[in-house]
Parts: sequence; C-alpha cells; structure tokens
Amino acid sequence: MTETMTPLPYRVTGRRIEAADTVTLALAPVGERIGPWTPGQFTMLYAFGVGEVPISISGGDGARIRHTVRDVGAVSHAVCGTPVGGVLGLRGPYGCGWDPDSAAGADLVLVAGGIGLAPLRPVLEHALARRERYGRVAVLVGARTPADLLYPREYPAWRAVGVQLLVTVDRADAGWGGHVGVVTTLLDQARFTPGNTVAFVCGPELMMRFTARALGDRGVPAGAVRVSLERNMRCGIALCGHCQLGPLLVCRDGPVAGYDLAGPLLAVKEL
Amino acid sequence: MATPTLAVWKFASCDGCQLSLLDCEDELLALAGAVRIAHFLEASSAVADGPYDISLVEGSVTTAGDVARIHRVREQSGVLVTIGACATAGGVQALRNGADVEEFRRVVYARPEYVATLAESTPISAHVPVDYELRGCPISRAQLLELLGALLAGRRPRLPTHSVCFECKSRGTACVLVAAGTPCLGPVTQAGCGAICPAYGRGCYGCFGPAARADTDALAPVLRVAGVAGEDLARLYRTFNAAAPAFRAAAGRAESAAGEATDHEGGGDDPPR
Amino acid sequence: MSMAIEPLLLSTLAPLVAALREDGYRVVGPTVRDGAIVLDELESADALPYGWGVDVEPGGYRLRRRADGASFAHAASPRSWKSYLHPPREPLWTASRDGAGDLTVREPEEEPPRYAFLGVRACDLRAIAVLDRVLGTPGGRYARRRERVLIVAVNCTEPAATCFCAATGSGPAARDGFDLALTELAGPRYLAESGSERGDGLLSRLPGEPPGDTVVTEARAAVAAAAGRMGRSLPEGDLRELLAGARTAARWDDVSARCLTCGNCTMVCPTCFCTTVEDSTDLTGGTARRDERWDSCFDIDFSYLHGGPVRASAAARYRQWLSHKLGTWHDQFGESGCVGCGRCIVWCPAGIDITEEANALAEEATR
Repeated sequence: MTETMTPLPYRVTGRRIEAADTVTLALAPVGERIGPWTPGQFTMLYAFGVGEVPISISGGDGARIRHTVRDVGAVSHAVCGTPVGGVLGLRGPYGCGWDPDSAAGADLVLVAGGIGLAPLRPVLEHALARRERYGRVAVLVGARTPADLLYPREYPAWRAVGVQLLVTVDRADAGWGGHVGVVTTLLDQARFTPGNTVAFVCGPELMMRFTARALGDRGVPAGAVRVSLERNMRCGIALCGHCQLGPLLVCRDGPVAGYDLAGPLLAVKEL
Repeated sequence: MATPTLAVWKFASCDGCQLSLLDCEDELLALAGAVRIAHFLEASSAVADGPYDISLVEGSVTTAGDVARIHRVREQSGVLVTIGACATAGGVQALRNGADVEEFRRVVYARPEYVATLAESTPISAHVPVDYELRGCPISRAQLLELLGALLAGRRPRLPTHSVCFECKSRGTACVLVAAGTPCLGPVTQAGCGAICPAYGRGCYGCFGPAARADTDALAPVLRVAGVAGEDLARLYRTFNAAAPAFRAAAGRAESAAGEATDHEGGGDDPPR
Repeated sequence: MSMAIEPLLLSTLAPLVAALREDGYRVVGPTVRDGAIVLDELESADALPYGWGVDVEPGGYRLRRRADGASFAHAASPRSWKSYLHPPREPLWTASRDGAGDLTVREPEEEPPRYAFLGVRACDLRAIAVLDRVLGTPGGRYARRRERVLIVAVNCTEPAATCFCAATGSGPAARDGFDLALTELAGPRYLAESGSERGDGLLSRLPGEPPGDTVVTEARAAVAAAAGRMGRSLPEGDLRELLAGARTAARWDDVSARCLTCGNCTMVCPTCFCTTVEDSTDLTGGTARRDERWDSCFDIDFSYLHGGPVRASAAARYRQWLSHKLGTWHDQFGESGCVGCGRCIVWCPAGIDITEEANALAEEATR
C-alpha cells in the first residue's frame, strides 16, 4: 500500500441515468491508472474544487471503472452532473472486498437495499462468470419505488442464467405488479440451504441488521453473512481516523465485514 | 453560465462586517471578476434590480420596517447568507431583549417619538430561512472568501462548528485558562476567528457565538475557579451573542445561581425550584 | 548492535546545540514563552529553560522558579513533538483545470526540514514510536519527515503529579529510539550516552570528560527513583478487554457531564493523529487545492454520515476517545495509544483525568 492522497485523472466515457437521483459513470484513465480491484472495494472520487467521496466500484473491465453514484450531497451532486468527456479524480482501490472466491461451493444470497446493489453487482458478475463453482444464486433487491430500481435492463440476463431474482419496492406506482414491502420480506421465498450459504448484504445500516437477523432466523450463521459497512471515510488509507467503528478502521478492515464481528458493534448506540 | 450576482444588505449593525468584504484587498479584483456586485450601498450607489444569486445580510431586525424588508430580500435571493453576530444572533443590540425598551427610549432620546423600534433585536433566521451563517464580530475575511469560493464552485462551504480550542492548539498557543487562569469562553465558542485573542494573552469573549452543542454547564465550574461566576459570568455571555440560545440560557442560569447565592447569604428561605 | 562509544559527562549543552546547528539541523527544544515551557526552535542552548519548573494538576499549569539551574526538570510541554512530525496543517496538492477540462494535480516538492529534537522524554519517545507505526508508511509524508529527525532524549528525573509513564511502560528511562540520551544531574551536568551511529558521531565531537562509575550510578538512581514518584497510574489488567466490555458503562454519562467536548485532550495528546482534509478553490475557479489539518473525535462533524453525526452525544464522543486510546488502539495497531505523559489531564480545562476515568470504569466493571 502506498500512501497517497493524490487523485489520478479519469475521463467520463459513459453516463447512464439510473434513476431520478442516480447515475452510472464509466471512467477511463487519462494517463496512469489505479491498481487492480476486487468486488466490494471502493475508490475516492474527486470532483474538481468540490471535494471527494468514497464510492464503491460497481463494475468495470480492464482499465475502465464503473461507479453508480447517488446525488445526496455537494460532491456526489457534482460527480453525478459530470458529462461525458469531463474529468474526475480517482484514487484507490481501497478496503477489503466481498471475497466471493471464499464462498465457492456454497449457495449465494445477495440482498441489496437501494444503491446497495451497486457494490454487489461485481459479486454477481464474478459468480456468473464462474457459475459452476457456486450452488444456487438468489438476488433480493429492494428499492423505494419502481423508478429507483437499479440496473433493471440486466434482470432478464440474470434470470436467464438461473439466478433467482426477487424484487420489492417500498411504494408501488400504477404500473407495478410486483412485491411491495421491505426487502427482508422476500427472504421466505429465497431458495438456499441455510447450512451451506454465504450471504452478501448491502444497504442502509438498519436494513442490513434486519436482514442479518432474518437470515439468522432461517439458519444462516452470522459468520456466513457479510455486510458492507459505512462510516465517514476521508482518507481511505487508515491515516485519518474518521471511519472507526469500535476496533475497526472501516476503510482498511472493511468495508466488508462478517456479521459475527460487525453485528455486535452495530448494536451499540453511537459507536 | 452567466456571472452570478451578489447583493449586500444592511440591517441594524455597525457596517463592520460589510467592510470585511472591502477589506479583501488582495482578492477584490478576483472577486469582482467572479461575481457581479449588483447591490452594495457601502461600496457603490449604483444598484441593479434583483433577483440576486447570493445575498449577504448584515445586521439584526429591530424595526417593523426591517421585518418587511428582510422578507423582500429573501424573495429576491438565491442563497441567503447572514454575516456577523448581529445578523446571526441579534448582536450587541439584543442586550435590550427582555428589558424595558420604552424606558430606554424615554431616558436616552430627546425626542423619543421619532424612534420606532421593536421590543427585541432578532436574528435574520427568526424571520426568514437562512442558508449559511458567518459568525463573528466582525466576521473573518478568510471565512467570507471561503464561503464565496465554495458557492461559486458548488462546494459545501467549510464552516467549522467545533470550539476555538482547536485553533488555539493548532497555532501553538498555550491555553490561557489552564496556564494563567484567565477566564476564556474558547471551549464553548465556535471556531473560525483563528483564535486571535488567546494568542495575545486574553481569553476568548465568544464573539463567534456558541459552538455546536456547547456545554456551558460544564464550563461554569471551570470559570468559577478562574474567578468568574454569578452576575460576572452572566455578563461574560451577554455581549455580541447575548441572544444566541446557548449563551442566553447560560447567562440566565448564571444569574439565577447568583440570585440563589444571595438568598442563602441573606439567610432567607430556599428559593422555589 | 554497533559498538557504542563511551558515555561522556558534559558541563554545558552549548556545544551540543552548536554542533547540531552546524550540521544543518533546526534544533527544537523546551523554552519559556507565554507562561509555559513550550517547544520551539532554539537559536542556542541559552534559550533552554534553566531554573524553571512547573506545577501541574488536572486543568492547571503554572511556571515556578527552581533553586537549581536545571533545564529539563519540568513536566511534558503543552505541545508535543507531533506538531513537528505531523503538523497541524499541511498542503497535500494543488490542481488546475485547463480550458478542455483536463486535470493536472501537483504535490508540493520541497524537502521536509531536518529537525533535531532536544529533550525528548521517554513518554514522548514512545509516542513517536506509536506515530511511526500509525503514520509511517514508507515513502509517505510522515516517513520523509521522520527519517530526517535526530533525537536527543532526556531521562526523566522529575515526573509531575499528572505523570504515569511507569504504568504505561514508557518510562521514565529512555530505552531506545534515540540518537543521544542525556541525564541531567546536579550542577547542572549532563551524562550523555549514545544510542546510534549518528549519536556516536555527535558525542565524539563534544567536549566533556569520562563520567566515572559514581556519576553513572547517581544518574541511574535518579531515573529509577523517578519511577516511584509518578502521580498517577492506570488500572491493572487488560485494558483492551476492560474497554470493550465497558461500552454501556454508566461512567460515560458521568464524565460527559464534565466534558466540554472542546477537543483539547486530542490536540495535546502526542499520539492522537486524526486529520481531515479541506478542499478549496480560488475565486476564479481555475485552481483547487487540498490541505490536511488536525481533526478530533470531539468535533461533532467527525463522524458525519448522511444527515447527521454517528456520535452526537458528548458521552459517545468521550467514549470514542478513551476507548480508542486505551483499548481499540490495540486492535488497530497492536499496542496502546497512551504513553502516560499526562498532557490530556493538565490541559483539559475541566481537569478530566484519563487515569481516574479508567479506574472508575474498572471499578464499575467489578460491580
């Protein structure tokens, strides 16, 4: 690991509006590129003069990186608004990822809440590229409204290769004929063998806690549930101290952590 | 993109904060290039009509006319920023809040009938929504430039809400409270000034107003050791930010504690609780 | 280990400071300013605080005249060496954007200064070692500064009422991590011992005499006696375990009623390393920059996560500080973050005492 807080210029080569407040950018290095990444890792994305935010990698190929970004603050607003041809700064990749290789032989359950599908997509792509190594694959997706669902164009392809895809929304609209309710209510329909399952859960903290508990009720032990933690990451390289969660420096020891470790920490108020 | 327009408005105030803008000598040319100053009577009598992208508002609301005018300013403004202790907390003129203004008017003015004033001096935020606040009496030039730079770049302005102690320690000032027993409001006052006063050996007098979640109760015993309690402590909080909620409450508690102490000395009954 | 050269007894520090300056070092050491013994750049040994001591207590610090001419008989300075190794503010880079929107980022190029730290106590030697482990990524900004620093340690013979380095295992004797170690003796005279090849070279150029066994024995005894005069101590046992089990202790509410959340403890702590970055632009918007500055877990914005702070209450913020310092530092960096210098006790305006709080938590845990 080298210590640098200096971003490398990356050009926006593709831009897709996913939802009213969410954009996926494809980024290609202008010159030097960041090192190789694994699913679940993040980068620090810099918008000129505005600032930097940690964003999970949602895909990519070769030197190109894809980031799905939700417009929730000044920096993410500037990032989301960057047009094709615009230049952003990038450094990373940082943190411990999902490590899907260690789940070989098991059933996979991916549970995503909202933007949480973005860091899980590389896990799914990884598993589908090595389909024979895994058992059943279930993907549970929750969003606020049908218009907020991420990557809906990819759903048919996922289903076509045998992924059990279950989708729910908090609030239906006129055209919605699917499930309504929080994502944990989908778990009963998911097909997996609890004793031989690895679950990957990403979404708001409360959603991850409820999901881990529901998985536990189905018989999946906490150690087989992986969550992606979120704290205030400023440096990404374990130097600034901001992202502490008890013993963890989330940028270094996370963001992905086993729920056996993370669960008791998340249960402590204001830790 | 069109050059953003800037307006500067004055309410009840001394003009010192507006002058901070003119005091940005090194940056004034760059500023003039970056924004179009459309309304700034302190600098120019030429006035362009609104709306204005950025409005800087100095001063507190003290008359019925002010109340109407601040609503008109808000309607014409994109981003509204209050500048200084008067606009953000009511200023030193808020010392009259809770006192008998009619009496002041009779005693002070030869022709009191010419003086139209409200009973209280109130911050701008008591009347209209405020987007950002610059604290201080006067404001910090550096914070003003950061705010304008941030608004132009689309960045969230960097306006720390931590204590003055951060700045004292960063500039290497030995704590005047600990090393000299000098009463200091630094631990409960918002940073941004650069910790000027302690660097010259005097305590912070709180001109930037309360820090986020300032714990004035925890400071009270510390200041008592430094020789300030009761009425004196109330006076310490009652200056430029007398009407800022945390300081007003702290002054009130200090005063009632002083009252209780007097009652005890007088041997009277315990005051009602 | 190199064949260290023999110790030397010095009658004055003037040649040492002069030699360091001659070698191009900026000498930083204790000196009297603003009613305190602070660390500052020294022009000569004359600037040392001869004949000054301090009286300290929780939340209190006063200079005091000493009858002897001792220059190192005072408690830890209000600022620590961290200010030089990990400065309060540092530019990280500047960026410019050309008409085509292309981005160029430049890091500052100037070499860090060469400092000689004069008068580093054992607690602070340990603090520097702690910072080395946290921030010392090879080739990084900290490492580049650190490798240029020469350290003249001072064995502590005058612990203060707020000291507890014996409890943290840091002192009072300087064991390693220095180039030269001094022990101040009556006179004053100074027993100088080398701890490195650089120290050997320095010592060989200084005028002095062989100390003789009596002087060495006197020096060792003075340092050993200091260990027994510590004003404070930490609870016995595994503090990491104690704090991991104390997350819901009632004591946090008790201390939070006294805590100002002003952040002073973190700023004076020689190992607190937290920082944040500040992005800014000039008014034309053509150039941007990023600076790093000290931050503190007592800042309400420190734990900010969409819409609000994770640690809003004073109790949660104090718990974070103390638990990190004595507990989770072990998880993160394999050792304690506390070196027992007592600065946080002295410079807390409210006089909150980390040892008292830790002992109260230990006591609560047994209930």
